[in-house]
Amino acid sequence: MDLSSFHDRDAVQRAAKLLLRKAPRRQLTFLHVCGTHENTIARYGLRSLLPDSVRIVAGPGCPVCVTSTCEIDSMVEVAQDHARVFTYGDMFSVPGSGRSLRDARADGADVQVVYSLADAISIARKSPKPSAFFSIGFETTAPLAATTVLAGVPPDFYFQISHRLIPPAMRALLDAGEIRIDGLLCPGHVSTIIGAEPYEPFAREYGIPIAIAGFEPLDVMLALIDLIDQVDSGKPRVFNEYSRAVRWTGNRKAQRMIERVFETCDSEWRGLGTLPESGLRLRDEHRDLDVRNRFDLKPREPAPMPPGCRCADVLLGSADPSDCPLFGDRCTPPTPVGPCMVSSEGTCRIWYTYGGRGRG
Amino acid sequence: MCLAVPGEVEDIQGRNGVVNFGGTRRKVDISLIDELNVGDYVIVHAGFAIERMDEEDARQTLDLLRQLESAEY
Repeated sequence: MDLSSFHDRDAVQRAAKLLLRKAPRRQLTFLHVCGTHENTIARYGLRSLLPDSVRIVAGPGCPVCVTSTCEIDSMVEVAQDHARVFTYGDMFSVPGSGRSLRDARADGADVQVVYSLADAISIARKSPKPSAFFSIGFETTAPLAATTVLAGVPPDFYFQISHRLIPPAMRALLDAGEIRIDGLLCPGHVSTIIGAEPYEPFAREYGIPIAIAGFEPLDVMLALIDLIDQVDSGKPRVFNEYSRAVRWTGNRKAQRMIERVFETCDSEWRGLGTLPESGLRLRDEHRDLDVRNRFDLKPREPAPMPPGCRCADVLLGSADPSDCPLFGDRCTPPTPVGPCMVSSEGTCRIWYTYGGRGRG
Repeated sequence: MCLAVPGEVEDIQGRNGVVNFGGTRRKVDISLIDELNVGDYVIVHAGFAIERMDEEDARQTLDLLRQLESAEY
């Protein structure tokens, strides 16, 4: 299957020309909630191709950035005092209220970075010892943990379940009304799992145009064109630009696995506070796999963002990274102050790497 | 984090498959997709195939640009 046309320069420029012709008269702000979208937008300089009246802002689309300090602090405690910790690379360097898993490993704790939960299981089978997997991520990643739990894990293998759900976060953002949003660019791979259907209430109840987009530059441009057309026509709907990977009802098998293993719960998003029904936890019948059930971990309170850091506003979409006085000065990838500079999916990190605004 | 990459299924053994990503092959857990066949394209996220990739839908999306242009010009 040849997908190269989705990042073909000529096709993207033709789409840009169309966007300029359709340039809205009033200022429109479109929000995306996906670090991978921000990566595509910044890496390909798409903001420089937009009409002046169209602005794309990044919301809380980086699961690493929104994982609470309590969860990180607890996993640092597990690594230091109780068990081997497996983590995705993105989470490894993010500090909680003080220390990161990287710091714990530097002090001799057994912390292993894995590409996949399957790799962690395979290592645990080969070298048995108490282990805990730091299971972060949105709906895209949650079924991986669910199917692994159902398939059976090695003895003495536990989970810190830190999964977050996108639609409840979108609802909270819209209800907070901190920024005016004229359209939502919805995340392709979250939608692969949940489908296009869950966005329908946003179009219907909130009257907000919705476009689900893939991650090539042409995907994002086509989605933006449709969002502008929806605003123009005054008929908000759910447009599925990423139909090659997103079905209306999503991946039903993956959804069933999530439902069998997890239940929803209120969850704290770093910088945003507690959002109702926005997280997952293990159901009672699987609670014996919960790391908190196995080890006696200290109770913790969420820590505020570091002084001067504007990650909370960046996660809300109400500030650009360049609005933060620390950005690129005290806060850089080797010396990150806030979580959005640490993760490769963090908006600040992406802007630092590629230049975010994409115009001079 | 939600990065996922398309590839072609070349072999299937129980809940695992071998997926070819433009020449790089990797063992992938395919248990989240029913009735997968060798030759199908899948999107892989952190070692798990999360959905089939549909070639006809990809073609239709690419065709959208031409349709939008002919409506506009």
